[in-house]
Amino acid sequence: MKTELFRTCPESGLQFHKPAENLMRIHAVLAVVMLLIGGLSALAVTLTRWPAVHLLPADKFYQLLTFHGVNMLIFWIIFFEIAVLYFCSSTLLKVRLATPRIAWIGFFLMVAGAVVNNLAVFGGNASVMMTSYVPMPANPNFYLGLILFAVGALIGCFVFLGTLVIAKEEKTYEGSIPLVTFGALTACIIAIFTIAMGAVILIPTYMWSMGWISHIDAAMYRLIWWAFGHSSQQINVAAHVSVWYAIAAIVFGAKPLSEKVSRTAFVLYIAFLQLASAHHLLVDPGLSSTWKIFNTSYAMYLAVLASMIHGLTVPGSIEVAQRSKGYTKGLFEWLRKAPWGNPVFSGMFISLIGFGFLGGISGVVMGTEQINIIIHNTIYVPGHFHATVVIGTTLAFMSLTYFLIPVLFRRQVFLPGLAKWQPYIFGISMMVFTLVMMGAGTLGVERRHWDMAFTDAALGFDYPASAYTLMGLVGLSGTAAIVGGAIFVLITVVSVFFGKRVESESNYGTATTRLLKAEPTITPAGGHEAAGKFGFAAPGTFAMAIFFLAVFVVYYAVNWKYLASVWPMS
Amino acid sequence: MTSIQPPAEAIWWKQPLDRVEGTWIAIALVWSLIMFVMMPVWHIYGKQNLSNEAYRTTASAFQAKTQAMVDQYTVRTMTDQQIPVVKPPPGSDVYLLGRLWQWWPILELEKGQTYRLHISSMDWQHGFSLQPQNINLQVLPGYEMVVTITPDTSGDQTIICNEYCGIGHHTMVGKILVTEGGS
Repeated sequence: MKTELFRTCPESGLQFHKPAENLMRIHAVLAVVMLLIGGLSALAVTLTRWPAVHLLPADKFYQLLTFHGVNMLIFWIIFFEIAVLYFCSSTLLKVRLATPRIAWIGFFLMVAGAVVNNLAVFGGNASVMMTSYVPMPANPNFYLGLILFAVGALIGCFVFLGTLVIAKEEKTYEGSIPLVTFGALTACIIAIFTIAMGAVILIPTYMWSMGWISHIDAAMYRLIWWAFGHSSQQINVAAHVSVWYAIAAIVFGAKPLSEKVSRTAFVLYIAFLQLASAHHLLVDPGLSSTWKIFNTSYAMYLAVLASMIHGLTVPGSIEVAQRSKGYTKGLFEWLRKAPWGNPVFSGMFISLIGFGFLGGISGVVMGTEQINIIIHNTIYVPGHFHATVVIGTTLAFMSLTYFLIPVLFRRQVFLPGLAKWQPYIFGISMMVFTLVMMGAGTLGVERRHWDMAFTDAALGFDYPASAYTLMGLVGLSGTAAIVGGAIFVLITVVSVFFGKRVESESNYGTATTRLLKAEPTITPAGGHEAAGKFGFAAPGTFAMAIFFLAVFVVYYAVNWKYLASVWPMS
Repeated sequence: MTSIQPPAEAIWWKQPLDRVEGTWIAIALVWSLIMFVMMPVWHIYGKQNLSNEAYRTTASAFQAKTQAMVDQYTVRTMTDQQIPVVKPPPGSDVYLLGRLWQWWPILELEKGQTYRLHISSMDWQHGFSLQPQNINLQVLPGYEMVVTITPDTSGDQTIICNEYCGIGHHTMVGKILVTEGGS
């Protein structure tokens, strides 16, 4: 064991292995590059959907929308997730990273895949959206780029698993792996399933685009593509929930309410998420209602239950930690006295609230077999997934980045006063953005559509004025969110490349103790319920959860009511 | 120990549940089951369900069936493109095809009557989006979907394509006209 390759961060106490550190840095940097170009295309797309601006011509709009989807949903998020996997294995377990050279091969494959795919889209004959539904053809390099990227990501997953094996073998920890590493492990397992599904559908599609296969069935394509496409979003959920737990631990020293519950909830994700492909096929021909109901509910909503558990246990663990520090007044003193000026916390908390209230509720509602009839392919759908993937995943990753800038990159955060506001600017405008999109979708406005006025069409249609107002607000709030995103990119890039160094020393060879010892917990007399109320350890969190449930129930009922008003169908 | 460290107790799975967690899990599980049951319940009591009746077909076979209906029941044409307006008898099978970039033909239906609407695509994937009703269905080439519909409002409904289908996607607009009917 070469201890000269390890350094301890004096502020956080985390220990970094040099090759792992370099890989985490390069993946995080590439992720931000992807976020930057994805953000620029987001601006063009938003300004085109803003009816009063209608910036781009149709061909450029569809091209940049494809570019935006792939760069954000795949490249930005997965580059960052590989960094998270290396952090959760090598850093949290204080162990050397397995096969760094092979990890670099994975990295270069991901870069090559991203470049090949983006060049195909820029070539102009691959404006097929991220979903590339057959039989609409794309330049073969569109699929080839995705395949290369996926192989690279798969290598990253195996490096993560290898690192866990080394940590076990070299006994760098006692007992079980930490909860956050456990969450990352579930993300990794889901990622392997996802990439396998991607291979099953993208390789034949590539062969079809090369002319080696004559036909791909449209319904089969959708079924398997979504086993890849939706599962990949479940990687994000597992990853950003892990990041929430990590931030609760970093900022508050929070421990899980119970390891058993949180870990079981992660296992539920693995057990049921592969059914999620059904959400996208609820109004497709060729599938039975029995199949749709079982699958869209993830087998009776057991994966939804998992998210509802994390939604309670993450803030609950913060509440318990805060109460044990003496913030015990009323239901919410622990929350009022939280460090709202620290972007690591504020971003994480906005992410949690936005993901649950906006992304979670809308996702379950529109994934209901019959309610999907009034929502499928309207702009409600991107409204939903911007709440899950942007407020949920992206904002959680941004928060973690504010922590990583000093700890991993050893730089001070540039413009800390602005960084304090960034999660609010980004998070709140994104919340408005998703809400107005969902509103417009309820009025029937379509997603992936260049002209809601249908000016060139032989037959016309006028949306109500309220739909135009809502789409105007989509443009405004979207632009505001992009400003928030640009501030993040600015702060990150300047901090990492030009920022002042952190003053304290963190030299290699400073790793003192390699063994992560499990210390016995000090439970206050009467258990940690003692600091709570009504026998509940986290009464404030419980009250918020009940409020969440009330909103959920009302919104669910409203949508059934709306469905009941459309033409009878059978 | 915090969430980024190994659990303090080696046998963590035997720790008792917090009351706050146990209560919430029970509530959330009940809600999950209610939502699950709502879907089959709506199949029994609700009026908006898809029968999921569907057949494999080909573009030429579906085109021929649509053409036969158009030949038999066309009452007039609309627009410069002379799009036929078809008025099939109540209770009959009516056909609608989607192709780049048109919904064809225009259907004229009677309010309160029931029709078996067959939809398919001649080329790429399309999305049937009936506005302002806001009924949205996926239309795939090679599959003929049958939906039994009963228009219960009169007036014009517009069919918009809501599955991206290339550069002319936004011009793919069709109509279903609903008349008050004789009765």
